[in-house]
Amino acid sequence: MNFLSNLISGLSLGSIYALIALGYTMVYGIAKMLNFAHGDIIMVGAFATIVFINNLGLPMIVGVLLSVVVCVVVGVLVERIAYKPLRSSPPLSVLITAIGVSYFLQSLAQVIFGTNQKNFPKFIEITPVHINELTIKGESIVTMTVTFSLMVALSLFISKTKIGKAMRAVSEDKQAAELMGISVNKTITITFAIGSALASVAGSFYGLTYGFIGPYSGSMPGIKAFVAAVFGGIGSIPGAMLGGILLGIIENLAKAYVSTELSDAIVFGVLIVVLLVKPTGLLGKKTNEKV
Amino acid sequence: MKKFFSVLLATTMAFSVTACGNSSSNENDEKVLFIGGSGPLTGDYATYGTSTKNGSTIAIEEINNAGGVNGYKLKLVYEDDQADPQQAVQAYASLMDDGMNVTLGGTTSSACVAVSEEANKDNLLMVTPTATQKEATQYPGGFRVCFMDPDQGTYAARFIKENDVGKKIAVLYDKSSDYSVGVYENFKSEAKKLGLEIVETQAFTNQSNTDFSVQLQAVKSSGADLLFLPIYAQEAAYVLTQANSASLDVTFFGVDGLDGVIEKIGESNLSLTEGVMLLTPFVATSQEQNVVSFVTKYKERHGQTPDQFAADAYDAIYTIAEAFKTAGVETDDKQFNEKMISAMTQITVNGVTGTMKWSVNGEPEKAAKAVVIQEGVYVEYKK
Repeated sequence: MNFLSNLISGLSLGSIYALIALGYTMVYGIAKMLNFAHGDIIMVGAFATIVFINNLGLPMIVGVLLSVVVCVVVGVLVERIAYKPLRSSPPLSVLITAIGVSYFLQSLAQVIFGTNQKNFPKFIEITPVHINELTIKGESIVTMTVTFSLMVALSLFISKTKIGKAMRAVSEDKQAAELMGISVNKTITITFAIGSALASVAGSFYGLTYGFIGPYSGSMPGIKAFVAAVFGGIGSIPGAMLGGILLGIIENLAKAYVSTELSDAIVFGVLIVVLLVKPTGLLGKKTNEKV
Repeated sequence: MKKFFSVLLATTMAFSVTACGNSSSNENDEKVLFIGGSGPLTGDYATYGTSTKNGSTIAIEEINNAGGVNGYKLKLVYEDDQADPQQAVQAYASLMDDGMNVTLGGTTSSACVAVSEEANKDNLLMVTPTATQKEATQYPGGFRVCFMDPDQGTYAARFIKENDVGKKIAVLYDKSSDYSVGVYENFKSEAKKLGLEIVETQAFTNQSNTDFSVQLQAVKSSGADLLFLPIYAQEAAYVLTQANSASLDVTFFGVDGLDGVIEKIGESNLSLTEGVMLLTPFVATSQEQNVVSFVTKYKERHGQTPDQFAADAYDAIYTIAEAFKTAGVETDDKQFNEKMISAMTQITVNGVTGTMKWSVNGEPEKAAKAVVIQEGVYVEYKK
């Protein structure tokens, strides 16, 4: 019973990681940059939800959807202001800028909301499901269902629509895509928008699961999700999903059966082992550099 | 011309010295026991210092109105140290220059530890109302009114045993915090002595203090009926929220770190704190006569219910007065400090935080009380 219960809470945690990891991996796949500010978008989304539902008294669904809009706007603005001017700069400059953006968002949240943790509204109340001795939390059920649906929708979007095709083309070869009439800048903006929207949803679920949000709430899940993306093979969308879910499960089982204090060390240790055995990650493709 | 000015200056200075002497000799008509102390009156921790100052001022007035002690009136000067050890030491030095007889030390732990170093050099008696850190009373002249941090673990175990709050106990503590580890270890060893059964022990660190699903699952399957939480309010708020969604049905029992959990958890989740218990030295809703009188006076004067800082400070003043009475010594006696310090271990004080006695190591001995949260209010726990 314990095992099943820990597995399910691991799945739920992994779903949140997967949602965030998708943003990392998509941006990396298309813009070839690591957006370290991505984790903080979760925090922005969660705070936006708090403001819409608690302070403005909007209905739950409207609040959550509006927070998605806020995150999309913030994500696109960050891309336009901070990353676009650096498109042809060395990757290190972009990476450092991303860290700067991350600190900026955290400080901004501190100035606006203070350093204390804020209560997150329980926007969906689902009674836990009891099967014999096993209790499945309501939040876990919602998180897993929504994450699964979003993943299916995203896969369909990427494989079936024109924009999805453009994204794949840009990720394959920027210059060739440009020559075929695809606007690379527009595609990158769309990628940031989708990634931020997913992060906002992740933020709402994070808040729903744990009940509190502070200015630094996004940083640890952000790092874990980055690990998940690398774990699954950065640049690969199914890889991010798999990596996120596996990471959540490994983390919870390590906590339950090895040590609660060492769980993070175990998670990162597993990453190191995977990268030693398969440097491109679980589902990553080996790309040959064209010379 | 220059000479004239220097003469003028010298005369003024001489005059000011005599003026000073005059005023102090006026005060000396009435014999005064000078108690000094410091705490944060401004800054982030201002509520602690303000409560301490307010609580001790009320005690001073009560004692003086009742005629003082051994023909002496008590005088309190309370300085602002912003919880900063350096400022606390400066405040101590300036109070010593003014002729302080006994010090309340600092209000916050690190400030008090710094003051205790200085007080030890001067061999002065220090009775700190509120500094919980172990080192605050490491010198022979250091005493405290509150419980030392790790001792709360011992008292919590005794309280649970005596009042039969739980039979199968689980513990969740923060391995990265000295406070939490200290309380837990004392709790564990006292529980063993008393024959309390600890069925599950779970830990977390400050790197992983948001997700408790695994730990709570382990507590749940251990069949525990009480979860001991020697942790701070924010983490406890996380624990209570997640325990609710995991349908964990146990009694939550904490120590002073849990104080403030009602504010942290917020209005909308208030029901989650229902029945949460915590060990506390002071219960403002108690019906004891001295507590009722103190609370009424405090409310009249300051418009709010006194917290445990105010209560500890109130008791600290009565403790000093009692030690002074027992020592029966004049403040200009060469042996004043020694006699005051040795009197501390002879007295028994019946204060608002309980009936206290002190051992030579400066730790108070008193019965612990516990409160239980009912509809967002702390109510004294009765078996």
